Amino acid sequence: MSAITADLVPERDVTYGRSALSHLVTDVWVLTKRSIARIRREPETLADVTFQPVIFILMFAYVFGGAIALAGGGNYHEYLIGGMLGMGLAQTAPGVAVALVTDMSTGLIDRFRSLPMSRWAVLAARSVAELLTQMIGAVVVVCVGLAIGWRVHTNATDVIAAFALALLFGYAFTWAGICLGMTLRSPEAAQQSGFIIFLPMIFISCAFVPIQGMPGWLQPIAEWNPMSAIATACRKLFGNPNPAAAIPSWPLQHPELAVLGWSAAMLVVFAPLAVHMYRRKALG
Amino acid sequence: MGETLAIEAEGLVKNYGTTKALAGFDLAVPAGTIYGLLGPNGAGKTTAVRVFATLLRPDGGRTQVLGHDVVTEAAQVRRQIGLTGQYAALDEYLTGRANLVMIGRLSRLTARAARRRADEMLERFGLAEAAGRAVKTYSGGMRRRLDLAASLIGYPSVLFLDEPTTGLDPNARAMTWDIVRELAAEGTTLLLTTQYLEEADQLAGRVAVIDGGAVIAEGTPDQLKSSVGGEHLEIALAAGADIEAAVVAVKPYATGSIEPGGGGRRLSVPVSAAEGLTTRVVRALDDAGVQVNDVTIGRASLDDVFLSLTGHLSSSEDDSEGSDAA
Repeated sequence: MSAITADLVPERDVTYGRSALSHLVTDVWVLTKRSIARIRREPETLADVTFQPVIFILMFAYVFGGAIALAGGGNYHEYLIGGMLGMGLAQTAPGVAVALVTDMSTGLIDRFRSLPMSRWAVLAARSVAELLTQMIGAVVVVCVGLAIGWRVHTNATDVIAAFALALLFGYAFTWAGICLGMTLRSPEAAQQSGFIIFLPMIFISCAFVPIQGMPGWLQPIAEWNPMSAIATACRKLFGNPNPAAAIPSWPLQHPELAVLGWSAAMLVVFAPLAVHMYRRKALG
Repeated sequence: MGETLAIEAEGLVKNYGTTKALAGFDLAVPAGTIYGLLGPNGAGKTTAVRVFATLLRPDGGRTQVLGHDVVTEAAQVRRQIGLTGQYAALDEYLTGRANLVMIGRLSRLTARAARRRADEMLERFGLAEAAGRAVKTYSGGMRRRLDLAASLIGYPSVLFLDEPTTGLDPNARAMTWDIVRELAAEGTTLLLTTQYLEEADQLAGRVAVIDGGAVIAEGTPDQLKSSVGGEHLEIALAAGADIEAAVVAVKPYATGSIEPGGGGRRLSVPVSAAEGLTTRVVRALDDAGVQVNDVTIGRASLDDVFLSLTGHLSSSEDDSEGSDAA
């Protein structure tokens, strides 16, 4: 009862003999290409990392910015971009959930599961494709930032560190989005819950406004909000105005470590959880 | 070597809450045959296929596909199966060709082999011209063909077709039937589920009738039909013929009650098939002075089989989620 297929498929055409890691890499690459092809056919799916940050930046720079006083002074346009970078990458998470719920609701995921492919590949590929879109988002934020007068006042190492932290942070949020996608049934639900969860998270932080202006009871929440950590880390590494540096709270005094900690924590919790939920869904 | 079984299921159980989707499901599908799972919506056909295709873990029982356990040896099973579900499992935004190449790569073909196999399949399924277009521009029939092509990319020995023709127009259905027959001729084992009795009758060498999550009858379509009522002689009488005399004349040949119909112009006579029976009946009618327009042998359809086995018709719309108390 040895494999009948072996008689049908020419041996040199199959890769059964390769290692599990090699299979995983192939599968992730094949599925990532699928997501990229989708973006090339429908570039409007990139709106949440292109138009959305542009609108946010312009609104805050020219509408709200004038009314926001920075503790310790400084240019609001320079202040804004550090907050915008982390927030712009993290807020793609609801979009991941929507894409995943859509995928799960078609028969395509069933087909993938009936193939001899790596179990992690579907989710891992989604996270890699998302990382690529987040890189595009980062470029957009930088370009618009430069246009409104944002400048970097440090060296290349610090700037690279800032972008690396922002992308790591965004990548960790992607896994949160994947978990969200696994728990919800419809793309609409994913869209809405994303809005409900992420909007307060973005605004109760120093992403757009200094924490010093918030009521006292809200300040600890904002100080420990991961969004504040990434905004503060970026501002510090870019050499931009950074009022949060005056707040004696641990995550604001050590923003780079806080970002690493939050990202690691989210990855450790959400990645295995996502895979677990995916497999549970798989086996009914 | 005897008869090799491609699929073997013993006492499968799968519950969704209080609903028993599978309740002691047994099946033995010989390799290289077309096997039909016939039953209404919610009978458990799709659940069974999902267990066989390693998509669903059963709560009880054992299943082997080509000698491999679907739970403990899922990886080996997946190398040898293809699955076409009720909904086209394709990426709408990719081209037809890109879909097939992707599935080929994920089926562990090398990049070159996947491309070559994709082109072969596109050619074979008449999709070569549409190969470069996004799937979302495809018609329903084209999607189904591409979906079928995708399930064949990895050279499966066993192919699961879950309601392959549901929602297809008659042309597309005929085309799917042709493909199924071709695949069987090449040695692929095909397990197809259907609500259409005609489809099982046309395609399948053997059929299992499913109701309430279990197999309630199994056999060739002919065996199933003759187990229910056997044959009927349908006699159309000429205008003005004496129906009373006709009934008396055919009575010695009937194995049950004779049903008059068609406004006193038709008789349906249950008979047991025998050499020269029709000729003798016609002669008896002739001797009785009854003029006959037409005599045909009618056999029980799978519709009759289903009705007599389950007490309800297969196509009733209110059968949902297997919770119907028939």
